[in-house]
Amino acid sequence: MLDKRIIPCLDVRDGKVVKGVNFVGIKEVGDPVACAEAYNAQGADEIVFLDITATHEHRKTMADMVSAAAKRIFVPLTVGGGISATEDFALLLRAGADKVSVNSAALRNPALIADAAEKFGSQCVVVAIDARKMPDGSWHAYEAGGRRDTGVDAVAWAKRACELGAGEILLTSMDADGTKAGFDLPLLKAVTAVAPVPVIASGGCGTLRHFSEVFEETGADAALAASLFHYKELTVGEVKAHLRERGIPVRL
Amino acid sequence: MIAVIDYGAGNLFSVQNALDYLGLENTISSDRDVLKKADGLILPGVGAFPDAMGMLEKRGLIGVIREEAVKKPFLGICLGMQVLFDKGFEFRETDGLGLIPGRVDKIVCSEKIPHMGWNHLSWNHLSWSHLRWNHLSWNHLPPHSGCPLLNGIPEGSSVYFVHSYMAFTDEENLAARCSYGVEIPALVQRGSVFGAQFHPEKSGEVGLLMLKNFGGLTK
Repeated sequence: MLDKRIIPCLDVRDGKVVKGVNFVGIKEVGDPVACAEAYNAQGADEIVFLDITATHEHRKTMADMVSAAAKRIFVPLTVGGGISATEDFALLLRAGADKVSVNSAALRNPALIADAAEKFGSQCVVVAIDARKMPDGSWHAYEAGGRRDTGVDAVAWAKRACELGAGEILLTSMDADGTKAGFDLPLLKAVTAVAPVPVIASGGCGTLRHFSEVFEETGADAALAASLFHYKELTVGEVKAHLRERGIPVRL
Repeated sequence: MIAVIDYGAGNLFSVQNALDYLGLENTISSDRDVLKKADGLILPGVGAFPDAMGMLEKRGLIGVIREEAVKKPFLGICLGMQVLFDKGFEFRETDGLGLIPGRVDKIVCSEKIPHMGWNHLSWNHLSWSHLRWNHLSWNHLPPHSGCPLLNGIPEGSSVYFVHSYMAFTDEENLAARCSYGVEIPALVQRGSVFGAQFHPEKSGEVGLLMLKNFGGLTK
């Protein structure tokens, strides 16, 4: 059986690590490659770099950063933020990324998922979904860093993305993000029920128990956290030791 | 000097980054003379079996690989491991390099495909039973299946896999396997030819140690 993965996420702006709280009020901290190395030493199973500037000029900066990280870190690296074309995939994969995550551009142009999967293989196409709960109980997918409601049902979108060739879904609950009240279990249950590919849970974790809970109660394959690890409230090692105690398979 | 064989398939730089990190002298090349002079060869690979064989053929590398792989340590990684076998059945039946007897076909199980993520290695204990036949006591058994790439690596270590097809080969070629609804050959060996279905260059400390062990064989 596969190990459940613990994935620290580094939000990067202008080549520096920052962490936003609830997608606003961004604070700046640290060098991304040094942070990634520290996470690698703690036992991170994969590292995500999210470019929150996401402009065309910064894509090259991001590629240089990935290339530097790939020389020091020997676990899978995922890069996302502002990916809008298969050329962006090519640039980042060449730089040393193992997977590229796409969000808003895939909502606007779902064919991008199929094109990228055909060119580079599904295994490197991660579709990131920012979901917010609606009064009727459904979830909508948001675009532009969580700023705009697309009106698209997030669960249906996850299913469609997989049909188009997504190899993985990175699912962020905008409602849970930044709350430290735990992952959004109902959202994760709904998406893992329809997605035949691995689902990464993101948003809301604040305690060790939240990590075991998400694996015990939903079909999530991995859990991602940014500020929790960044501000050293927990280490990746502590999370994995806790999961192991609970009988959840992890890589030590 | 280890030569990483360049035949147009991706992921060469990840392997090179790992070799550089370990201080193992290496070069990326598709030059037959360079491959002949190298002390060890690594065949990486991402993509589909027929494409990989087609690219090797187009660059005229099949002959030199078959000759050199039996003379010096040779490591195929992921698709580079799969093409070591006689035949592949991805999209269509395609001849492989034929360096290890066996075939490559779809993973058939109820788990998610591709098999992507960290999975645990277990040693193939058949080679232990060979040792037993030779009247060696259990105390003298190596801590692994006898494959030199596994030196210093504890059984149960996790390594990183990404694949939808798997090898079908005899137990005697199998050093380590992993379990994913079916038993998947993870590390194979036949003489100087090694094949890793997982990505040692993406498998953290454990993967780096395997590459270091491979480097040790080339000296």
